[in-house]
Amino acid sequence: MAKRLLKGGRVVDPANGRDGVFDVLVDGDRIARIGPDLRPGDAGGDVIVVEVPSGLVICPGLVDMHVHLREPGQEHKETVATGTAAAVAGGFTAVACMPNTSPVNDNAGVTEYILKKAAEAGLARVYPIGAVSRGQKGEQLAEIAELKQAGCVAITDDGHPVATALLMRRALEYAGMFGMPVIEHCEEQTLKGDGVAHEGFHASALGLRGIPGQAESIMALRDISLAELTGGVVHIAHMSARQTLDAVRWGKSRGARVTCEVTPHHFVLTDEMLRGPIAYDTNVKMNPPLRETADRDAMVAGLADGSVDVIATDHAPHHYDEKRVEFDHAPFGITGLETAVSLCFDRLVHPGIVSLSRLVELLSVNPAKILRVPGGSLAEGAPADISILAPDLQVTVSATAMRSKSKNTPFDGWTLRGGVAATIVGGRAVYVNDVTGLTLG
Amino acid sequence: MKKDLLGIADLSRDEIYLVLDTAEAMREIGQRPIKKVPTMRGKTVVNLFYEPSTRTRTSFEIAEKRLSADTLNIAVATSSVLKGETLVDTAMNIEAMAPDVIVLRHASSGAAHLLSRLCRSRVINAGDGMHEHPTQALLDAFTIREHKRRIEGLKVAIVGDLLHSRVLRSNVLLLTALGAEVWVCGPSTLVPVGVERLGVRATTSVDEAVKDADVIMMLRIQQERMQGAFFPSVREYFNTFGMTMARVARARPDVIIMHPGPMNRGVEIASDVADGPFSVILEQVANGVAVRMAVLYLLAGGAED
Repeated sequence: MAKRLLKGGRVVDPANGRDGVFDVLVDGDRIARIGPDLRPGDAGGDVIVVEVPSGLVICPGLVDMHVHLREPGQEHKETVATGTAAAVAGGFTAVACMPNTSPVNDNAGVTEYILKKAAEAGLARVYPIGAVSRGQKGEQLAEIAELKQAGCVAITDDGHPVATALLMRRALEYAGMFGMPVIEHCEEQTLKGDGVAHEGFHASALGLRGIPGQAESIMALRDISLAELTGGVVHIAHMSARQTLDAVRWGKSRGARVTCEVTPHHFVLTDEMLRGPIAYDTNVKMNPPLRETADRDAMVAGLADGSVDVIATDHAPHHYDEKRVEFDHAPFGITGLETAVSLCFDRLVHPGIVSLSRLVELLSVNPAKILRVPGGSLAEGAPADISILAPDLQVTVSATAMRSKSKNTPFDGWTLRGGVAATIVGGRAVYVNDVTGLTLG
Repeated sequence: MKKDLLGIADLSRDEIYLVLDTAEAMREIGQRPIKKVPTMRGKTVVNLFYEPSTRTRTSFEIAEKRLSADTLNIAVATSSVLKGETLVDTAMNIEAMAPDVIVLRHASSGAAHLLSRLCRSRVINAGDGMHEHPTQALLDAFTIREHKRRIEGLKVAIVGDLLHSRVLRSNVLLLTALGAEVWVCGPSTLVPVGVERLGVRATTSVDEAVKDADVIMMLRIQQERMQGAFFPSVREYFNTFGMTMARVARARPDVIIMHPGPMNRGVEIASDVADGPFSVILEQVANGVAVRMAVLYLLAGGAED
């Protein structure tokens, strides 16, 4: 593979304390050198010089630690190939995929199948997440050592919480042996009941069954307490309720090993979206649900003050047949890979809520650290997983133009400031957005 | 008026009065020896009912027939729903046969909105889940106005299962839009979150709710709610929230008692109240036909637009 010298971009690499104009020399699949004003001659051999248009940002590859790739079993919604195509178009060099496939990723065979499909696609890196329990049934632990050996980086029963406090305790203890976090979908199931939307005024007015924020926070408190008991690592997935954020802060203050993630839709949207622009739009039905303004604002505050560790998308593709039904009957979830970066710039960075460097921590450094995978850093010698972002690009979201096989997004038609210029995985340019003026040669 | 009647939320105050005034004229048709006018001759109305309903479906069908529309009824048990067809596919198939109006009753909130977005036919919501039942609220308002000559300034107490009731939501929207003072009352387990933001006073005391009320509107209690731990027993419910003559006595002497049906005698309402001198429950049923004729006429009775 040829060498590539990226000249003139703003490098934002908080792991190495860099934020400024640097040149980046990529040699094969590795970052060879980073420095001010590198010369082609420094590369020692043939080198493609890439002039990075001013205003673009070079950062360590973004890692989305909460994605549903749906393969095996639900290929009508998404495949590893289409999901990773969406990932790289969204600026992500790596995704961690949830085990609620069919069959469930609770054994090495399924893990290996996913990794084989990822290698065939050759786009984003894929880190499978295994199930906590066999068949995600909440009864017996899955063979976690085998999952780890096959390539799983964490365990979760996502879609549901780990069924009992005892099983969660054992999972934390057992996964701790392998340094794997337990990722928890926090939801007290009896409180959730048959709820389809946040329990609040808008659901009341629309006659939709509610899910209170406490359905989430009660389970988070259980899990944080168990992390404290066991010394295990719990990561709270797709946090949505202000009460849950309080629980996480409480856990951190006590030294429990707890981290958490927030999705773009939970820091951008509120349950007012249930009423319109399209009333009862099934593309605003997700679990956890869009919550009220106080919750949305709490998520933004948590992102700003450092209580929130990660932004993850919970990319949940569904076929339009499945979404074009009554609100009660539609599946929960929306896509997120191809809108996340634009929403982060438009709603967090440009309004001055988080710095660019903090954004890179949320989208790259911290997820890599929590999953203990390579990435999150542009150190010399590190894998050349690089995202090139375009903070000032005007982006009009178009569901039909998306790479994801599914188009279930509530952001269709939104105009946002900020986007993706290119995505480089292992030194290969797997996505380039021509309109940014960047050519990688 | 808009293309469809999905809820009271879609109607302005003037449109509500237009429906009520039109219903006055429609009622007169029902009093003639030949109860039929040619207003909707050649128009096709499909009554698409995904939930069992006697009163509402019959009322719509009579209204349609009195306007000379061609009507047909599709009930859940005899339709292809059992073969797994989606609501959208069923609706699009009906739509392909070019009906003028689809009257939809469905167990899911928002079902009529879904049809409205996809259908050229006019859609009338005949009850969607826990959301709205606009023609019920219109016929209730018609009945109240007939007795009280006004709606503005009246104290209306609505008592029962507030949480699961589409009748509640439509009535609150309509009555507050027309300036009534609306009180809602039910066990705290059956009160929707934030109900006060709809512009009503909420209380768990029936005595407070009905005190000096001009109108008492009872809502049906479904006995299966006991399984959801909403209340412990029918006996306790009736003792705490059931409408008895003793409670009615706290209201104004000319109070009217309403119920959208079907009633659970001895659960939310005592029989002597339901059958007593203050009850207008059967008048509500009679007025339902006139109000539905008015809605059909206003949406689909005129010249092609």
